Amino acid sequence: MRIPCPFCGPRDEVEFTWRGDASVQRPAAEAGVEAFHDYVYLRRNPRGWTQEWWQHSAGCRAWLRVERHTMTHEIRKVEAA
Amino acid sequence: MSQRFRLAAGGRIERGATLRFRFDGRDLTGHPGDTLASALLANGVRLVGRSFKYHRPRGILSAGVEEPNALVELRSGARQEPNTRATVMELFEGLEARSQNRAGSLAFDRMAANQLLSPWIGAGFYYKTLMWPAGFWERVYEPLIRRAAGLGRASGLPDPDGYDSAQAHCDVLVVGSGAAGLAAARAAGAGGARVILAEQDFELGGLLLAEPAQAGWRAGMLAALETMPEIRLWPRTTVFGFYDQGVLGAVQRLADHLPTPPPSIPRQRFWTIRAREVVLATGAHERFLAFPGNDRPGVMLAGSAAVYARRFGVKPGETAVLFATHDAAYDSAFALAGAGVRMAGIIDPRGDSAAMQAAREAGLPVQAGSEICGAIGGLSLRGVRTRQHGGAGSEAALPCDLLLVSGGWNPAVHLASQSGAALAWDEALQAFLPGASVQRERSAGAARGVFGLAEAAADGAWAGREAAAAAGFAMDTSFPLPDAPTPDPRPYPLYEVKARGKAFVDLQDDVTAADMRLAHREGFGHIEHAKRYTTHAMGTDQGKSGGILGAAVLAEARGESLGVVGLPRFRPYATPVAIGAVAGEAVGAAYHPVRRTALHAWHEARGAAWLDAGMWKRPAYYPLLEERDPWDSILREARAVREDVGLCDVSTLGKIDVHGPDAARFLDLIYANTFSTLPIGRARYGIMLREDGILLDDGTTSRLGEHHFFVTTTTAQAATVLQHMEFHLASAFRELDVSLASVTDQWAAMSLAGPRARAVLARLATGLDLSGLPFMGVAEAEVAGVKARIFRISFSGELAYEVAVRAGQAEPVWQALIDAGATPYGAEALGLLRIEKGHVAGAELNGQTTPGDCGLSRMLKKRGDFIGRVLGQRPGLLDPGRPRLVGLRSVDPARPVRAGSHFVAARGATESLGWISSTTRSVALGGWIGLGFLRGGEARHGEELIAANPLAEEEVPVRICSPHHYDPENARVRG
Ligand SMILES: [Zn+2]
Repeated sequence: MRIPCPFCGPRDEVEFTWRGDASVQRPAAEAGVEAFHDYVYLRRNPRGWTQEWWQHSAGCRAWLRVERHTMTHEIRKVEAA
Repeated sequence: MSQRFRLAAGGRIERGATLRFRFDGRDLTGHPGDTLASALLANGVRLVGRSFKYHRPRGILSAGVEEPNALVELRSGARQEPNTRATVMELFEGLEARSQNRAGSLAFDRMAANQLLSPWIGAGFYYKTLMWPAGFWERVYEPLIRRAAGLGRASGLPDPDGYDSAQAHCDVLVVGSGAAGLAAARAAGAGGARVILAEQDFELGGLLLAEPAQAGWRAGMLAALETMPEIRLWPRTTVFGFYDQGVLGAVQRLADHLPTPPPSIPRQRFWTIRAREVVLATGAHERFLAFPGNDRPGVMLAGSAAVYARRFGVKPGETAVLFATHDAAYDSAFALAGAGVRMAGIIDPRGDSAAMQAAREAGLPVQAGSEICGAIGGLSLRGVRTRQHGGAGSEAALPCDLLLVSGGWNPAVHLASQSGAALAWDEALQAFLPGASVQRERSAGAARGVFGLAEAAADGAWAGREAAAAAGFAMDTSFPLPDAPTPDPRPYPLYEVKARGKAFVDLQDDVTAADMRLAHREGFGHIEHAKRYTTHAMGTDQGKSGGILGAAVLAEARGESLGVVGLPRFRPYATPVAIGAVAGEAVGAAYHPVRRTALHAWHEARGAAWLDAGMWKRPAYYPLLEERDPWDSILREARAVREDVGLCDVSTLGKIDVHGPDAARFLDLIYANTFSTLPIGRARYGIMLREDGILLDDGTTSRLGEHHFFVTTTTAQAATVLQHMEFHLASAFRELDVSLASVTDQWAAMSLAGPRARAVLARLATGLDLSGLPFMGVAEAEVAGVKARIFRISFSGELAYEVAVRAGQAEPVWQALIDAGATPYGAEALGLLRIEKGHVAGAELNGQTTPGDCGLSRMLKKRGDFIGRVLGQRPGLLDPGRPRLVGLRSVDPARPVRAGSHFVAARGATESLGWISSTTRSVALGGWIGLGFLRGGEARHGEELIAANPLAEEEVPVRICSPHHYDPENARVRG
């Protein structure tokens, strides 16, 4: 798999570190334990398009939001966080 | 016996040269150009192994990668390699091979008695029979099965060979070099595309190698290919996997065909190939038929027998019978008859066909409408039983020592399937063909059901042109195609002849047609379930030849078509790959990079014993000549710190520069305690949580300016903490104006600790009044003439200064401090000192503990957000019953306590009250001490418990105490 880094161009996946679902948002400080529970533990497991965090850890170290297809590993959108 | 079955002429072997080799201790000869299998057949060796489960005698079935039977142990010593397919192993001088999976000699295998047990060891046997009694599995059944079943043995020694890994990029990758592959490569290369032609065989040509009439066409194609500047021709290269986005994996065998791989070249090279376009010209694998005794040595795929005769000049038997369901297989009868093999009969279930008539005209005895219902023989084939197709009428015996079988051809769709293409059932060809492409690939020739050399070549030329055009290298080119007849490849749909006896559908795994029916009866009728239940197609051959037979038996049992039943999903590796090739160069010293501190050379010169901390090399201790026991050194070094002054290289701690107007706010969010109130020029201990409330890391952070902090992390978590900070800065806290930089490698840090630390440093430091630097104070100074940062912080519990200088200037400063009287101490003494002091480290921050568990709750800020605040308040994490940090002392001071032991109430008790995380011998207290987590915590100080370690069979009485074994008032650090 190759990920087109907006800063470095298309690079091999071995340069990146996966972090997981980029659609979840850290709740506001006062949002309560349920909201934080969902943020930390609840994940969709889509068969299809998913938005996830990848860090170009062995490159420019930017955090990227990557839209990846879980069946084909096709990547259709990458943007810097 | 010298190659009694070698034909007088013909074949591609080099008859002028002789290679000597050994099989099961027998000295034999062959020629360059032979495989081990062809050389064995030339010597009349047809019994080559015993089967996996029943230990039935087995011979050579095929002439290629699909071989399920002829698996041998190759070479000896550390290079011994099990399960090598004799059919693809290139013969070399001195080759040594042994048959596998036998107890005793190959001809008399004591384990063959397993056959008598076969009613009990059919499919699912492992799951059903061996459930009871529970303890029997480990002690009785498993060792028995392991001895009885299985294939070759690994050497158990380190692999002496080197492996290489490399990346390749091309416009068009062509896999396979038969008629279709050669044509595809030529058509693709004509327009200037960068082409790689990968062929698993040691010679390019595929089935053309067994067609002497096409030698000229093949030579012409190769000559044309060699003139193309952008083409790479890779024989001995197996493409084993088709991954995402045009990435394919291949293994190139560079030295496997040499007697001893020279040290100068790797044994194999693992290629990661990125191809714009791919042509899969992988050909097809012939399939056998299921009938009783279809595994006897002497049963051979018809096409493979022709390959032995025409490519290797070998007669695979004296008297042959052909059992075929289609016209294309008749070519093998003609080939063998031409090689002097007596054709005793052609058994064909069909009524009539063009090939049958041609065979009759050539004088071959054809029995139309018949089938073989049994093979007769033990160690070798003696004949076959035939009957009318369908089972009516009486049986007749037909003597022969070679049975050629062909039930049709299975297009080699493995790579196409791996690329994501669905498989489509073709009723006329009785074969699964690659469906619509998902990736940029197309199959060509027999791989997509286009049989016949001329047709395959035309198909390959089309595919090569299309691939080149898609890659931007369109070019109209034409070249002659081979002139060859087109036999009809459409088989009569026969997969199994039902008669009494074992009819195998998977020879390598000893799976019979009856096993497949059993799987269906017991509810495992889905092809994927049946595969797991019976182990059908799970061997190294991946069911290339017989996989479809099992599916056909299942289809009949289910009353559905083969197209509905389908085949199990194809996964890499399509053919076996040595694990060494996958590891590549990343073994031994090259397994991971080594990180050395700026003071490494000094430690080395001083004879330090090393401790691996992640990738870092840290000095563990510095033994003196007279010190034999590591503890002598560790205790001496620790004592120097407690009583005098020591110096420790702490450069491996992670260091992060945090800059920006929002740096203080950011650290308040990252850490569980407050940093925004920290004055410039002061340091503070901090703890960091994960969002789930568990401790992530700890360390000292200093404020060097209004907007500039210097964070230190533990050695182990340095990368994790930086990533954790970067992630939150990019996501939840993105509105903050902060930048982060890892400066771990830029700074060398040394901890000068002990009652005399100030006196020693004062002699070398200029520009700073040390008596004015309070505990947790930070200042700049020159030490030994080098610009340094001085942090008055302590991990050991003594008066201590951490001196940080630029990495390149570390050694003179360190040397000056040593010369001024400091004793170097290593990571072991450092650990001893911190356990005495009750400071937590990696063993306590183990990913399971909370601030409360470690007695750090008071550090949590009461106001404001921070990571881990909300979930850290969950009742389970605040439960007062959780094990809390305590200290412990061995009741008998001389008796060691082992970290990892559990606290139990009394000898023999099994209820764990907590666990021991760190232990050491103590210099301050004498005897063994430790830290641990105990239910009840502080309330149990003074109690005597048992440190139990059932693995080491130890029960050590310990007394619980405060974790602060030494100087609990913390007076010494302020001294
Ligand atoms: Zn980048």
